[in-house]
Amino acid sequence: MAIGATTTLRARLFGSPGNASLSLLIVALLLWGLTHGLDWAVLSAQFRPDAEACRALDHAGACWGVIAEKHSQILFGRYPQQEMWRPALATALLLALLGQSFLRPRAGLVWAWAVVAAVVLLLLGGGAFGLAAVGAERWGGLPLTLLLSLAGIAGALPLGVLLALGRRSALPAISVPCGAYIELVRGVPLVSLLFLASFLLPLFLPQGLTMGVLGRVLIGLILFAAAYLAEVVRGGLQAVPEAQRLQAAALGLGYWQTQRWVILPQALRLALPALMNSFISTIKETSVVTVVSLYELTGALTLALAGDPDWRPFFLEGYLFIAAIYWLICFALSRLSLRFEHRRARP
Amino acid sequence: MDLRFCLLPALLALLLSPPAEAGKTLDAVKARKELFCGVSTGLAGFSASDSRGNWQGLDVDICKAIAAAVVGDPSRVRWTPVNAQQRFASLQSGEIDLLSRNTTWTLTRDASLGLHFTGVVFYDGQGFMVAKKSKITAARQLANAEVCVQSGTTTEKNLSDYSRAQNLKLKPVVFESFEASLKAFFSGRCRAYTTDATSLATILQREVKNPGDYAILPELISKEPLGPVVRRGDDEWFAIVKWVVNALIEAEELGITQANVDAQKASGDPAVLRLLGVAEDLGKSLQLDRDWAYRAIKAVGNYGEIYERNLGSASPVKLARGANRLWSKGGLIYAPPLR
Repeated sequence: MAIGATTTLRARLFGSPGNASLSLLIVALLLWGLTHGLDWAVLSAQFRPDAEACRALDHAGACWGVIAEKHSQILFGRYPQQEMWRPALATALLLALLGQSFLRPRAGLVWAWAVVAAVVLLLLGGGAFGLAAVGAERWGGLPLTLLLSLAGIAGALPLGVLLALGRRSALPAISVPCGAYIELVRGVPLVSLLFLASFLLPLFLPQGLTMGVLGRVLIGLILFAAAYLAEVVRGGLQAVPEAQRLQAAALGLGYWQTQRWVILPQALRLALPALMNSFISTIKETSVVTVVSLYELTGALTLALAGDPDWRPFFLEGYLFIAAIYWLICFALSRLSLRFEHRRARP
Repeated sequence: MDLRFCLLPALLALLLSPPAEAGKTLDAVKARKELFCGVSTGLAGFSASDSRGNWQGLDVDICKAIAAAVVGDPSRVRWTPVNAQQRFASLQSGEIDLLSRNTTWTLTRDASLGLHFTGVVFYDGQGFMVAKKSKITAARQLANAEVCVQSGTTTEKNLSDYSRAQNLKLKPVVFESFEASLKAFFSGRCRAYTTDATSLATILQREVKNPGDYAILPELISKEPLGPVVRRGDDEWFAIVKWVVNALIEAEELGITQANVDAQKASGDPAVLRLLGVAEDLGKSLQLDRDWAYRAIKAVGNYGEIYERNLGSASPVKLARGANRLWSKGGLIYAPPLR
């Protein structure tokens, strides 16, 4: 077996002079890239928060000291310094429950989410149980990214399902507005929707009703994500055979009963990979909220570094750091969703 | 909802010229005992948050002075970092009371955006940096030289205007990002590098291995007067912002500092007594109390102290005062009389 594999490899990689030189070139490039990358990122790198030492390196090695110096501002944005344990705990709670939801999905988790959501909002906002009040405009960094993503997805999914059902409705009075909404929202960039939500929504609101910028941005995010999710769900709905609906009708089930017990469970399962795709892109889309003065992970990095001449030269290291965080979250989500799919696939 | 979207263009027009709300801002600030201040997302010396999350800089101190004068406490400020695109919209939508964010005062902005510049707190301008070994000491020696510049900025336009006006035939070498243009200059791609003089000074202090090898040319090729901005239609608030800044400048002229402001209350100079509210109540006409200027100076010091702390020799930027000296010392900083 081992000999077989070696032979195959040799035949495939070094079968002809052209193949052989290409293989060698790629191996050489990989080695060069790896050694230089390793040298830059680890061997020559500076890990202590020492701006002088970092400047002396002159970018020949990474300056991870910038993370050591600025980590609390990058991770938690403008949250008050002495209260940093609160966003840290909130982040841990959200991540833990997120993992749990995929590993052991059950109905009771809905209540767990409700409790955790309340606890997270209390932790971040304070104003009770001896916690100092912290305005939503000072929330930032990783907890804000998670909060926007999760609340955005949680709000957009039901809306998306309704829009998808509406678009497939036989009644033009329902299907036309739903279709028009989806096409309208998908046709504009998220940034313009956020600007609308942030600067024009206050003018629409009735006198006396005010809403914080976080709430307004969340509405914008939900309206945007719902339009995309609606099309994903519609794809799932179309994949469910027509016979299913007819059989449900023959059993005497009404429209909502048919959708709730027969069509949607199958449609959502079929659409799960595409839904997860949308969720992951929603997480990354939250980075756009910086344009309306909410400083999530990417915005928090700018705030932490742009105005500090000592550390500004080391933006690259900062971006690599938050890229790693995004990657970890998104990769974990996609792995977890794979496990989830396998569980669901079982009869 | 559909009907409301039809109204969108009309509402946009409304947004750009908000209705007059005389005195509203002052009442709102006093009622909530907090000033909403828009600052930059990070510019060393003007507004930047340090590693402990505290805001520092010249623009920041202006906000603190106004909070001290109006609310009585310089720490009662809610900071909103705004980027270049959203800064005016934030002000117009009422999200902030005051924009103190290295914003250049131009005719178009002042006349057509529904806002007012209250004055100038810093005179900036675009300058050139060259390597000392090139033996260039004045901008006119730059004829036919390549100049590294960041694209899409007013910097690029100023450079081409200057080149045409002076018939220098400068060759701009344009880069997308700040880092790339700077790197190109240091690697010898261009004879000179151009951006705002304050940025040049910061670069020289912090991003150059041997600051002695480079020099900033004396000429400034553009005018960039930076100042606080308020919404149009609230004349009381406009006057307060304008006169708090003037009080800080007057304090420097009169030699009142953060340290000696209490002792100065017993001064024999009528101008000092007037400013500090001992002899006359200047605050009344501004709808403030008589200690307004005293509190502002006590909170952040006079204009000169603010400059030294954030941009001068005591700061990482180490920028000479240049045009930002008092008028009596050959600069442009001048306050109309406070009486």
